[in-house]
Amino acid sequence: MRIAIPSDEKNIDSSICVSFGRTPYFLIYDTDTKIREFIDNSTAASSGGAGIKAAQILVDEKTDALITPRCGENAADVLKSADIKIYKSISSSIKDNIDAFVSGKLCLLDEIHPGFHGHRK
Amino acid sequence: MRIAVLSGKGGTGKTLVSVNLAVVAKKSIYIDCDVEEPNGHLFFKPMVTEEKEISMQIPKVDEAICNGCRKCVDFCKFNALAYIKGKIIVFDDVCHSCGGCMILCPQKAISGRNKSIGKIRAGSSDGVVIYTGILNTGEASGVPIIKELLSGIESEHNKTIFIDCPPGSACIVMESIKDADYCILVAEPTLFGVHNLNMVYELVKLFNKPFGAVLNKCLEGENPAEKFCIEKDIRILGKIPFDRQLGTLNSNAKIAVKENKKYEEQFSTLLDAIIKEAPYETATNT
Repeated sequence: MRIAIPSDEKNIDSSICVSFGRTPYFLIYDTDTKIREFIDNSTAASSGGAGIKAAQILVDEKTDALITPRCGENAADVLKSADIKIYKSISSSIKDNIDAFVSGKLCLLDEIHPGFHGHRK
Repeated sequence: MRIAVLSGKGGTGKTLVSVNLAVVAKKSIYIDCDVEEPNGHLFFKPMVTEEKEISMQIPKVDEAICNGCRKCVDFCKFNALAYIKGKIIVFDDVCHSCGGCMILCPQKAISGRNKSIGKIRAGSSDGVVIYTGILNTGEASGVPIIKELLSGIESEHNKTIFIDCPPGSACIVMESIKDADYCILVAEPTLFGVHNLNMVYELVKLFNKPFGAVLNKCLEGENPAEKFCIEKDIRILGKIPFDRQLGTLNSNAKIAVKENKKYEEQFSTLLDAIIKEAPYETATNT
């Protein structure tokens, strides 16, 4: 199973990024092969629709699950359409979240926020 | 002649200036381009004679023709398209209706479908013709409404057109001033006011528009906005004092020039100054 985690830095000791759409990197971790890789989030600086594009990246990476502190409506729509499960992170440590996920302790994220689109000026 | 009234932030007095100028100019047209929160109609209370729905084109993908090349997804600057499980998903609220995906699609699988984004109302009040643009809450861009507002206006010879712009200096303001013959920059006498004045100052310079400034809420003592105008050699068309009575009239949605001779004189003087400055002699104050 391939899981994605938004991360502030390109290393396993970094913390989870608080933003899904605008995270600088994603950690893609394969729970079967234990292989992990960091990919750039090319949409981090886009002016709008970052969540949609970031979700598209995870779809293209063929991930099965996402662990994130929060997720916006549009991104959640994309992920749901692709049957990618969204789990809520339990701490800021990437390692702890992977361990919790593997031992089945993470819950699905049920609060999908309406997005931060109040920048129309 | 088209006169656009703009400012870098809200609450500086764009509507106060444009509404009162439109009334003293008598044969005039007032166009409210502040489509996110149009408020000129609160002063004019016009009899609405016409209402028109405005829509824009949102992409519609024919799944039978789409071959999943994803050119449209990669092209969209606003990230309004996603490609999931062999299907394009369109995010209506994120789409800015640029039409790029429709042009780009090699399969010609994308056509347009109309989506209502707001409306335009026309009416009149005491000889002033009033057009109001109204954008539905949550829509990405009011530009199509402003385009429609300004393209439909017949520039009658003896009528001065006042364009009440949205605040700021973004696309929506550019669309509002694009065809203006003259721009009035309304500014507040604060450092924050200067920052915002500078934004619109740079914009009108970029557009090569003739312009001048109106200093609103002027107090005794130092006025940073005035200092800025002097430094940048910006023509000051007039100063409106910080005046409790004017503020009260305005906050009660009264048109100051109709209520008090003093304000009628103030705004007539301002209009004269604008007409002297503006490039054409079409506007009259008779």
